[in-house]
Amino acid sequence: MPYDQNPLDYALLERLTQCFGPSGVEGKVTALIADEVRPYCDEIKTDSLGNLIAIRRGSGKKIMIAAHADEIGLMITHIDDKGFLRFAPIGGVSISQLPHRRVVFQNGVVGTIGVEKLEKLSDLKLSKLYIDIGANSIEECRQKVQIGDSAVFEGNFIHQDKRISSKALDDRVGCFVAIEALKRLQTKHEVYFVFTVQEEVGIRGAQTAAYALEPDLAIAVDVTATGDTPKAHPMEVKLGQGAAIKVFDRSMITHPKIKAWMAGTAEKHSIPYQWEVLEFGGTDSGAIHLTKGGVPSGVLSIPTRYIHSPSEMVDQGDVEGATQLLLALLEGEAVL
Amino acid sequence: MLLKLLTELNGTSGAEKEIRNALKKELEPFVQNMQIDKIGNLIAEKNPNHPGPKIMLAAHMDEVALMITSITSDGFLKFKPVGGIDSRILVSKVVKVNSLFGVIGAKAIHLQKPKEREQALKTDQLYIDIGAKNKEEAEKQVKLGDYAYFYTQTENLGQGYLKGKAFDDRVGCAILAEILKREYPLNLVGAFTVQEEVGLRGATVAAYHVQPDFAIVLEGTVSAHMLEVEEEEWVTVPGKGPAISIIDNSSLYLPQLLKQVMKIAEKQGIPYQLRKGHKGGNDAGKIHLSRAGVPTIAISVPCRYLHSTVSVLAEKDIEHTLQLVDAILKAIPQEFPLNK
Repeated sequence: MPYDQNPLDYALLERLTQCFGPSGVEGKVTALIADEVRPYCDEIKTDSLGNLIAIRRGSGKKIMIAAHADEIGLMITHIDDKGFLRFAPIGGVSISQLPHRRVVFQNGVVGTIGVEKLEKLSDLKLSKLYIDIGANSIEECRQKVQIGDSAVFEGNFIHQDKRISSKALDDRVGCFVAIEALKRLQTKHEVYFVFTVQEEVGIRGAQTAAYALEPDLAIAVDVTATGDTPKAHPMEVKLGQGAAIKVFDRSMITHPKIKAWMAGTAEKHSIPYQWEVLEFGGTDSGAIHLTKGGVPSGVLSIPTRYIHSPSEMVDQGDVEGATQLLLALLEGEAVL
Repeated sequence: MLLKLLTELNGTSGAEKEIRNALKKELEPFVQNMQIDKIGNLIAEKNPNHPGPKIMLAAHMDEVALMITSITSDGFLKFKPVGGIDSRILVSKVVKVNSLFGVIGAKAIHLQKPKEREQALKTDQLYIDIGAKNKEEAEKQVKLGDYAYFYTQTENLGQGYLKGKAFDDRVGCAILAEILKREYPLNLVGAFTVQEEVGLRGATVAAYHVQPDFAIVLEGTVSAHMLEVEEEEWVTVPGKGPAISIIDNSSLYLPQLLKQVMKIAEKQGIPYQLRKGHKGGNDAGKIHLSRAGVPTIAISVPCRYLHSTVSVLAEKDIEHTLQLVDAILKAIPQEFPLNK
């Protein structure tokens, strides 16, 4: 399936990454995805937590594909008299990297993260930071932003040669791979494409979705770290070497039969892949594989540098390889 | 006053019997059915056959306390905390172990080495003195695994405040009990849960078997409204109304539900505040992820000095929390739709 004849819609990836969707407020992202996939599925629904479930009916195995719609962000917890805002992190936000970053609210209001005077750099902590939206008073601020509102980090989309850099590739690139696979999919299996909520705060959406859907098998599509940058933490995943098949992370140890199924399919179709052993973090399959009596689950990972920064970076070839492998998995027999 | 009764009883995680019995006795005339589930939650049903959504209101019965883990040859009791307790607040406090009084002892300051004086005493350096002469005498009255509870009377403080222990979450239990005494044309379930303080365990089980369509968690929550704390870190302020949770370690509360709650509060003129902190968690964390997911909100009474021997709350916050929950229940389903 050569992508030069049927290219992936990278303009869609740009729209996905730039869409506002911190954990808990994924509505804009799931609405965008729903519009995109509606012509390609038999049924589409949203559950009580906000997971978007796009169903392709079939008579074979019930397979759940999970990609999370949410991104990390901030939530406003306090507004002072002068109109400066204080905030709490949503998901894995590195406090030391926050000063002077720009944040965007759902209504488009942009703020800059300021920092109080510090005696020394090690004094930097959450309570020393605030957001400045240019308001002169609490009243002016409240017309634009309220306590409880969330914001995301600004990080525009750059497609330079074969590399893509943007905010929220974690995990809009996973959503993108799932959408592009769904558009091309011809299978006898019953496939649930679930765009999950609240992954970044503890794999919450996938838990309730898996409970309701009771799949026979599941594959999460998410980003993973790499070890290919200067003096990086040792890790045998490189950008541009193909999609990664997860072996281990903090949330799961992949079942040997799942690994064999995924790697065997990749080899059969001559799709390059790499094994992923991630020492930190976890993803949707961590919750899915423990649902009810257990669901054999795997993870198809897209190698990504600078995860949780405004400039997450992926390789176009890896994205295309992941899409190809996902399709091959769903179109095959899925016998473990 | 039910709150005084409940807070002066003792019941830590896994040992909530006294609280459960008191609530059961209190509620017997008002509910159709009460059962104790396998983990110890008290489940009270109102109108179980009423059509429409099933609404679960949850409050946890357990409080933080100390567990006796060894007895020294001198008859002193060593202990470990059950739930989160700051060991620095323990020295010289009076506790109850079974029916006995005890005093938490520590090496006096003039006996401490200069290094020791610079550091707060840790739990392992403390012990409970029950006035026993030796191990044998202590063992006659205390066995390993028994609990020590803070000994605090619930009393009025100034104008409109109360001081007492275990407001987290007997205040939620008291409000929930009051709601269950009233009549609403709804299928209501009151879940008085166990083992919240050690990891939201009772609520996990209760939500699974109750299978609610919507849940309201009633809590006593932290207020850092105190000296030397900046306003942005107060989280809640006693006296400013029920605190509605927006985010914590265990839940992101659905914005649409929060809007509905605030709208009702504003319409009824009930004061409220948003809980402006992101730490901590409560039973909502497990309830909202139960089965295929349960829309859940958390409403709390702000308390200063939570998880200590004595907390302080504003009485009118209890009244306003009750009014808010009452208003929400009356608004279901017309003004408070449960399906988005």
